[in-house]
Amino acid sequence: MAKLTLADLRKMREEKQKAMEMRDASNKDVQVIVGMGTCGIAAGAKDTFTALVNAINDKGLTNVLIRQTGCMGLCHSEPTVEVVVPGMPTVIYGNVDAATAKSLVEKHIVGHQLIDDKILDRPSIDIIKNA
Amino acid sequence: MDTEMITLEINGKTVEVPKGTSILNAAKAAHIKIPTLCYHPDLKAGASCGICVVRQLVPSRNPADNGKLVPSPKLLRACCTEATPGMHILTHDPDIVQVRKTVLELILANHPNDCLQCPRSGRCELQSLAADFGIRENPFPKEVLHHEPDTSTPSIVLYPDKCIKCGRCAEVCQEMQNVWALEFIGRGEKTVMQPAAGVPLAESPCIKCGQCSAHCPVGAIYENDETAKVWSALQDPEKTCLVQIAPAVRVAVGEAFGMKPGELTTGKIYAALRMIGFDKVFDTNFSADVTIMEEGTEFIKRFTEQKDLPLLTSCCPAWTDWMEKYAPDFTENFSSAKSPQQMLSALCKSYWAEKNGVDPKNIHVTSIMPCTAKKYEISRDENMSASGYQDTDVVLTTRELARMIKAAGIDFNDLPEEKADDLLGAYTGAGTIFGVTGGVMEAALRTAYCLITGEAQPPSIDFQAVRGMDGVKVATIDIKGTKVNIAVAHQMGNVEKIINEIREDRKNGVKPRYDFIEVMACRGGCIGGGGQPCLATDEVRAQRTAGIYTDDEKCTLRMSHLNPEVTALYKDYLDGKTGAQGGEKAHHLLHTKYQKRDVYHFEA
Amino acid sequence: MAYESYVLVCGGTACCSSGGSAVVEAFKKELEAAGLKDKVQVVVTGCLGFCEQGPIVKILPQGTFYVQVKAEDVKEIVAEHLVKGRVVQRLCYDPAQAKKLVAEANIPFYQKQYRIVLRNCGIIDPEKIEDYIARDGYKAIEKVLFEMTPEQVVEEILKSGLRGRGGAGFPTGMKWKFAQQQPKGQKYMVCNADEGDPGAYMDRSTLEGDPHSILEAMTIAGYAIGASKGFIYIRAEYPLAIERLQIAIKQAHELGLLGDDILGSGFSFDIELRFGAGAFVCGEETALLQSIEGNRGMPRPRPPFPAVKGLWERPTVINNVETLANIPVIINKGADWFNKIGTATTKGTKVFALTGKVNNSGLIEVPMGTTLREIIFDIGGGIRGGHQFKAAQTGGPSGGIIPPQFLDTPIDYESLAKIGSIMGSGGLIVMDETDCVVDVARFYLDFTVDESCGKCAPCRIGGRKLLNYLNKITDGRGTEQDIKDMQAICDAMNKASLCGLGQTASNPVRSTLRYFMDEYMEHIKDKKCRAGKCSKLILYKIDPAKCKGCTLCARKCPANAITGTVKQPHVIDPAKCIKCGQCELNCKFGAISHG
Repeated sequence: MAKLTLADLRKMREEKQKAMEMRDASNKDVQVIVGMGTCGIAAGAKDTFTALVNAINDKGLTNVLIRQTGCMGLCHSEPTVEVVVPGMPTVIYGNVDAATAKSLVEKHIVGHQLIDDKILDRPSIDIIKNA
Repeated sequence: MDTEMITLEINGKTVEVPKGTSILNAAKAAHIKIPTLCYHPDLKAGASCGICVVRQLVPSRNPADNGKLVPSPKLLRACCTEATPGMHILTHDPDIVQVRKTVLELILANHPNDCLQCPRSGRCELQSLAADFGIRENPFPKEVLHHEPDTSTPSIVLYPDKCIKCGRCAEVCQEMQNVWALEFIGRGEKTVMQPAAGVPLAESPCIKCGQCSAHCPVGAIYENDETAKVWSALQDPEKTCLVQIAPAVRVAVGEAFGMKPGELTTGKIYAALRMIGFDKVFDTNFSADVTIMEEGTEFIKRFTEQKDLPLLTSCCPAWTDWMEKYAPDFTENFSSAKSPQQMLSALCKSYWAEKNGVDPKNIHVTSIMPCTAKKYEISRDENMSASGYQDTDVVLTTRELARMIKAAGIDFNDLPEEKADDLLGAYTGAGTIFGVTGGVMEAALRTAYCLITGEAQPPSIDFQAVRGMDGVKVATIDIKGTKVNIAVAHQMGNVEKIINEIREDRKNGVKPRYDFIEVMACRGGCIGGGGQPCLATDEVRAQRTAGIYTDDEKCTLRMSHLNPEVTALYKDYLDGKTGAQGGEKAHHLLHTKYQKRDVYHFEA
Repeated sequence: MAYESYVLVCGGTACCSSGGSAVVEAFKKELEAAGLKDKVQVVVTGCLGFCEQGPIVKILPQGTFYVQVKAEDVKEIVAEHLVKGRVVQRLCYDPAQAKKLVAEANIPFYQKQYRIVLRNCGIIDPEKIEDYIARDGYKAIEKVLFEMTPEQVVEEILKSGLRGRGGAGFPTGMKWKFAQQQPKGQKYMVCNADEGDPGAYMDRSTLEGDPHSILEAMTIAGYAIGASKGFIYIRAEYPLAIERLQIAIKQAHELGLLGDDILGSGFSFDIELRFGAGAFVCGEETALLQSIEGNRGMPRPRPPFPAVKGLWERPTVINNVETLANIPVIINKGADWFNKIGTATTKGTKVFALTGKVNNSGLIEVPMGTTLREIIFDIGGGIRGGHQFKAAQTGGPSGGIIPPQFLDTPIDYESLAKIGSIMGSGGLIVMDETDCVVDVARFYLDFTVDESCGKCAPCRIGGRKLLNYLNKITDGRGTEQDIKDMQAICDAMNKASLCGLGQTASNPVRSTLRYFMDEYMEHIKDKKCRAGKCSKLILYKIDPAKCKGCTLCARKCPANAITGTVKQPHVIDPAKCIKCGQCELNCKFGAISHG
């Protein structure tokens, strides 16, 4: 990418904001976000990430975007994974090991069913007085 | 340039000092002594010990007080905090005194109770402080972390158990001397002042100048005491014991006997040495005159041929060691003349031995020096055994001499003035000024002037341009039309600049800007040497320097080439020729060579 | 099988006690009856944060919020809302009735937090600059470079009331002002990312989760003070943060947001990383500067302060990571927005690493003025395992211990200092009755003795002596004189140490002596550790009344400390006992206990 001018930067911001709102990241409307701070990694988040990717591929799902983020602050229950499926409550799961990761894809993403006992919950934009 | 003055109040007393003065020195101006331990006037304030803490009066934060001045609960260090206009300082109150006392008790709790056996007993800054504070018992349990002493060099002993981590030695070795052999190594309580990677001093860049020992407040760094060797030789009936004393010793040894620095005690020293049991007493000032003959003719030869310039003086072994390690591109520029000490010792075991029918095998030469590096010089290479035996057997520092005199039960202050023995004892004023910075240069110029012009003496026998405490002194000396560019440097930290200037001239292919350079590793020259009595400051150095110049003025003869014993030496023994003039005997006995050395040389 | 709707029933304590579980059961029953079991999932969530109006039910995807739901109402909700899609108005939440603004908090962990510093952490991918840009990243730099003068930037930060978050709390704007006022020439901006306090990881998480926020903040600071070069001094023990920063710097360079002529403004600023090498003392600003210069990390006396004479004798501003993370937000939203958050003297929020004996340990961010009670019991979920709160420790090895009587202390610099602690960088360790305060003080001194640089005597020697005394006391060999001697050392260390490490190293001792003197006395006079932590003060005893003389304990004892004949009561020799606990574990008759 070339160096930005002021106008370029503003344009980029606007476009990205729109894209995030529309969740139009190349037709992927489901998002799985894995916390990959050092505490998460120490608790096994990399294995979790791999398990999620494998499960998504096994099921042949093409509308799922899986990405990483930093520390979510819920250090007592790492690895933490946030799942965003349109029409469902957005949830943060805690203590997601490889087995739970597999069931997360099967039950939540495919089956649209919340895994009751692993829910922590999400720092949703509407509840945190955001900056 | 006008120095801006500022006014402040200390303990209620108003005092006016130049801007930039520390609170410590401002208090001094008000005749108030704030106790210190790690502070030394030669060095940038280390701010480590925490003894010099004082309190500032600041405007009250309580609105009811209307900005009235109240004592701040925080303390600051007087040594490194700059006095500011209108400052109010309190140097003593019960809390401050208690804090200082606790800090001192903590330092003492980690310090061995070895005063009675310690070489610094009686002249130790920690001991004095404890006495001033009236410490009678220590509430804290004693815990001395043991670390093996470093005796790897012949010159200096590092004794870490007594170290109080004041940091002076590191500051001296790094900033004052530019040698970088000592640093804080390790962390916290495990810190030891030693070379990088904890290598022995002998394998480090150490040039043995001993300035660390001269600045150490306690007995953690001191000279390698070799008095036992000398006692042993004196008791050996087979041995003829000869002794020489350096110029700087005569203006400093008196300090151990309550005299002022700079008091000339030459005659008393000769007397004391005889009482101790030496057979003959000589004076290094004699061979200083010989050095001028050798080096003077050497300079004239090079200057005439415009070859291997600048000529660098080489009588200082700490300086030659630094050069061999850090500037080996100058080995060819050094005067090949030995130091006066080495010349005299070689002559003792050849010239004197022959003249007096003594087998050099049975001659023992002791050299009393203001210098710790001299202990290293005596076995530096095979040239130091020109007589066929190691020319100098033992070097004792001024400090060791003082101890020997006391141990021998001699009442130094009451001694009569005696004279040195014949053949190697007479000296001119030029010889004695070797003890101060600029002295070697001045002595050389006095004789060079005469040799070049053929005149009886230079227009002024004093060359003021080379005198004084400036780190580098530069001048152009006009010898009847011939211009000689000279430079004089003292304190190793000031030397690299000149070396780099010559390097630059070489790179640019121009004639070197100096023809003749004198270097002395210690501040002030040998009078400030690493083996001199401790607690030297610039004030003490100035007094010792004044003593040397007084000695010079008192001499009837003040130019080396006029010394009759020197004339006799060349006529009777050295075939009338100096080394530069082709004299083979002179070359063999009185000259040496230099080499490149590794800055760090690890012995596997 | 795919659910179409979700019924979230609040399972928080308040809702449970007002009938929440009955509501859940009712939903399950009614949905089954309506044949919707497979289309609607009932989920019990954590506290939804609206406890006064509980039980709360939230229906998704519509997001309808029902309050004060009773089990009898469920039938109507199922029939009207879930089957017919008509909201039951009478149960709906009415904003006009609310006593406070509703935050649809799901669990109290988030309810009382206000994430400014951590605004992007856990939300963006830290390795994607576009994510940062989309969330108003690099927007502040636009304003600064094109609409503000350096003096205006400094004024704005001053007005915000932001104070240094590294622990000292010095007004950031004032520090910037001192540096800005120095004559023009080479100046430096340094970010202190050495985070050495044990148990603190706020800065690490910020750097791992939102590295661009620091780069942007440093650029803004550079513009304000007139610096063209910045350094981030980061401890080598943070490899992931280092990696993320390196990626971020590369990305910023590529887009021209760092380096020459940023955004065509004419202002150039570049950032270099420098790594620590395992020394806590290098978090002290003058030692940090020495380390960057390649020297041994030992502090220098101040004055002169770094803002006047810092890195290579040039004016330098050093700010903590968390302080910097606030800068872009202050510029974007204005100082007046920022200085309304917090207390009169302490503005903004603070990130804490809440750890120790709490249920919800993690990284939190609260407005200044939040009380310790709220942090520990509301956000932290209280003491785990059913234990009792004993004390909290803030400020790491420089901080103090806070006993229960101060739980309602609001968090701000002055209030904490008054009770003998400090804000510190944000470590907040919660202790229960199984923690021994003498042992805690000893733990911290062990750390500072190891980390002391060794330059000044009060810290180097005083710290070691304090540690020795504490070891003596926890070993059962303490005397009352030891307390007096410790107090004298604490005073000397506090007043005569060269840097903050030594000046504050005695705080754990001073504060524990102040609030828990009786516990010290128990160790000294009674040779007893009430927390059961100091192993040398624990006594294992066999109750002769219960002992059957089966000899099992004697055989299990690895130290041969138990003697006795078969069928006779056995005895433990305390001198030989190593307090391993095997005897108590194995005794089938409950005859062995310790205390």
